[in-house]
Amino acid sequence: MCLGIPGEVIEIVADQPDLAKVDVSGVKRLINIGLLADDRPAPGEWVLIHVGFALSKIDEDEAAAAMAFLEGIGQAYEDEIAALRESLIE
Amino acid sequence: MTTLDREQQVLDRIDRARRRRPKVREERITMSHGAGGKATHTLIEAVFLDAFRNPLLAPLEDSACLSVDGARLALTTDSYVVSPLFFPGGTIGDLAVNGTVNDLSVAGATPLYLTAGFILEEGFPVADLLRVVASMRDAAAAASVQIVTGDTKVVQKGKADGCYINTAGVGVLSDAVSLGVAHAQPGDAIIVSGPIGDHGVTIMLARGELDIEADVVSDTAALNGLVSGLLSAVPSTRALRDATRGGVATILNEIATAAGVGVLVSESDIPVRPEVRGASELLGIDPMYVACEGRLVAVVPADCASLALTALRSHRLGAESAVIGHVTADQPGLVQLRTAFGGTRIVDLLIGDPLPRIC
Amino acid sequence: MRFVDEFRDAEKARALAAKIAGLCEPGRQYKLMEVCGGHTHTIYKHGIEDYLPESISLVHGPGCPVCVIPMGRVDDAMHLAADPDVIMTSFGDMMRVPGSTGSFFDAKARGTDIRMVYSPLDSLKIARQNPDKKIVFMAIGFETTAPSTAMTVLRAQAQGLTNFSVFCNHVTIIPAIKAILDSPDLRLDGFLGPGHVSTVIGCRPYEFIARNYCKPVVVAGFEPLDILQSIYLLMLQLAQGRAEVENQYGRVVPWDGNLVALRAIGQTMELRPYFEWRGLGFISHSALKMRSSFERFDAERLFSVPGVRVADPKACQCGEVLKGVLKPWECKVFGTACTPETPIGTCMVSPEGACAAYYNYGRMNRQRVPVTIERSRP
Repeated sequence: MCLGIPGEVIEIVADQPDLAKVDVSGVKRLINIGLLADDRPAPGEWVLIHVGFALSKIDEDEAAAAMAFLEGIGQAYEDEIAALRESLIE
Repeated sequence: MTTLDREQQVLDRIDRARRRRPKVREERITMSHGAGGKATHTLIEAVFLDAFRNPLLAPLEDSACLSVDGARLALTTDSYVVSPLFFPGGTIGDLAVNGTVNDLSVAGATPLYLTAGFILEEGFPVADLLRVVASMRDAAAAASVQIVTGDTKVVQKGKADGCYINTAGVGVLSDAVSLGVAHAQPGDAIIVSGPIGDHGVTIMLARGELDIEADVVSDTAALNGLVSGLLSAVPSTRALRDATRGGVATILNEIATAAGVGVLVSESDIPVRPEVRGASELLGIDPMYVACEGRLVAVVPADCASLALTALRSHRLGAESAVIGHVTADQPGLVQLRTAFGGTRIVDLLIGDPLPRIC
Repeated sequence: MRFVDEFRDAEKARALAAKIAGLCEPGRQYKLMEVCGGHTHTIYKHGIEDYLPESISLVHGPGCPVCVIPMGRVDDAMHLAADPDVIMTSFGDMMRVPGSTGSFFDAKARGTDIRMVYSPLDSLKIARQNPDKKIVFMAIGFETTAPSTAMTVLRAQAQGLTNFSVFCNHVTIIPAIKAILDSPDLRLDGFLGPGHVSTVIGCRPYEFIARNYCKPVVVAGFEPLDILQSIYLLMLQLAQGRAEVENQYGRVVPWDGNLVALRAIGQTMELRPYFEWRGLGFISHSALKMRSSFERFDAERLFSVPGVRVADPKACQCGEVLKGVLKPWECKVFGTACTPETPIGTCMVSPEGACAAYYNYGRMNRQRVPVTIERSRP
């Protein structure tokens, strides 16, 4: 029910500005973008899709920041494990 | 008693409840009974097996293995009620021939002769019937089988959704081979012959109700060539199944239950096409439960896994074969999946019916 | 798949798990509640608990909008569907929810015209194709889904459809969270905020939790790394003695929510004075109904529904599971009388219900993922 999946906007339907074609991993579907009327998505942008509607745009900067945080934690972890391993060699 | 102990007690109690004799509680048949999951299995065991009980039926494999005057034969039957009748990759006719051939092949038999019974709806276009029959002729030729007898019935408009096909198939069992999911042993490798879920997703999209476009076609194919290649290379193959209704998950559960073993598969090793994955994510369904019509699941001894892969991959229909997991002694009766994320979860039999009438 | 696969990376998960373990005070037990069925589902589907230390337990709250629908409302819906002029449309999740005389699925088997749809918009297509029938959409869901129902009604209005209406069972999350916080049964340490509800309502509505109850809230995404990162942020707040609302799901959730969506809801719907939640009892101002200006689209006004209150079966302990007081396996009938094929209560029916999720995915001996290497002499 809370199922929301990211999809890339391919095109806005010519005579129906509330409808857009999105691509989800090669699968294309028409969805209603009426809920994003204040900030219409353009082709190439990503949206969150829920029951045939776009609920929100996916902010690429925020996504990159989230990834960077996780990479950072991952790197710190790798460094620590590496340090741990080295210290086992006596 | 710790919380973990109490939880384990409950899990044991549930396990005992699950092993109780199945009963059909509903008063009427629902679509779940046809989905290939728990309801189907319960119906088969509680109604059909109960009434017809005999040792030849009991194994509940895709084909019955019979001995007639010294000749070992495999016999199978199937019905095809798919809607729509024509879809990317094939027709109901292709499913009918390939599905029957596959049920015989996975028993280790060489498929020889098929029957074809048609139930036609009043008003069904003859042109469509010609298309169906032409595809059956071509599929039979490709599989080297002959359709030797049949039947035709016509029912009133509204009673058959165009065309239903029922088939039976007979083949000769090789003495060298004895296949059955009950033979699976801890350590055995589980192999799938290609990407899963293609057929089910194709049908769902072909119904046109979901407004989804994708480049997916049904994987319907006769697997007898693939199977004989595998069995020559690995005569010690324990079991073969074709993954139809209920998907790969259903077969894994059948292995676990029949052999009293555990099964552990790895999500990242299971081949799935990106479009099938995308469509499944969009709709909230799991490709593990989605029907295939041209995919094999093979259980082979661990030391024969690479040989099996080589044999499968050398055939056109097995080019993307992969080992997806192993049989274990751990948690018998349970199928576990190690997620791409690294955690573990159970893969149970399907409940309900996410994809009605796909074969 | 972009924006999905990166957030399912096992390596990063191990790193987060190590950090989370490091933040646990020795001897202290932590209870973190999530109030979103999608979170329950993800946690079990990906085996996230394997990455958590034993001292942290995840409690599943009333976040499954299907699970909280009382049997009486299901009976009302079945009554509507039974009308020979009606075609009822419904999401898949609702199909097997049991009322007193069975579920939509059972009714379908008896010949009732109930059709599964992926989007409420699909109902409009069915309405246009069947002008002699009355199409009723079974609207369920939290604030995530209410805007879609609202937009569908507005579209029906714009298209001049006269044979479409909605049986509105939308519920709102904040009153439910407040009911949990005020409940004497439970001592929680923090909340994972519902990610998709928050795309609509934003993050401000949770501030009362931090301010008045001093519990940290982290609005969480739905991929496994989102959840682990959110747990990490909660544990960090607890370790640092903070109680704030944080947004982990910034790539999707705007702090102020979606004003267009809120306007659409406000235009077509209003709060009911009270509504019964399965297991939680009557909660005031916790559910939506159609405004009188949209009465042509309100199934409750167009048809008469019995409106009978039906008590849960005696054996059913859904209420306590929904509040997080009982774990699924602690319910007396879990797995024996109540299973996914023979559900007694809604927690077992919906794929997002805690009991169904645990039964289908989590019902086994858990093996925790090793996150540290032990020092040992070779």
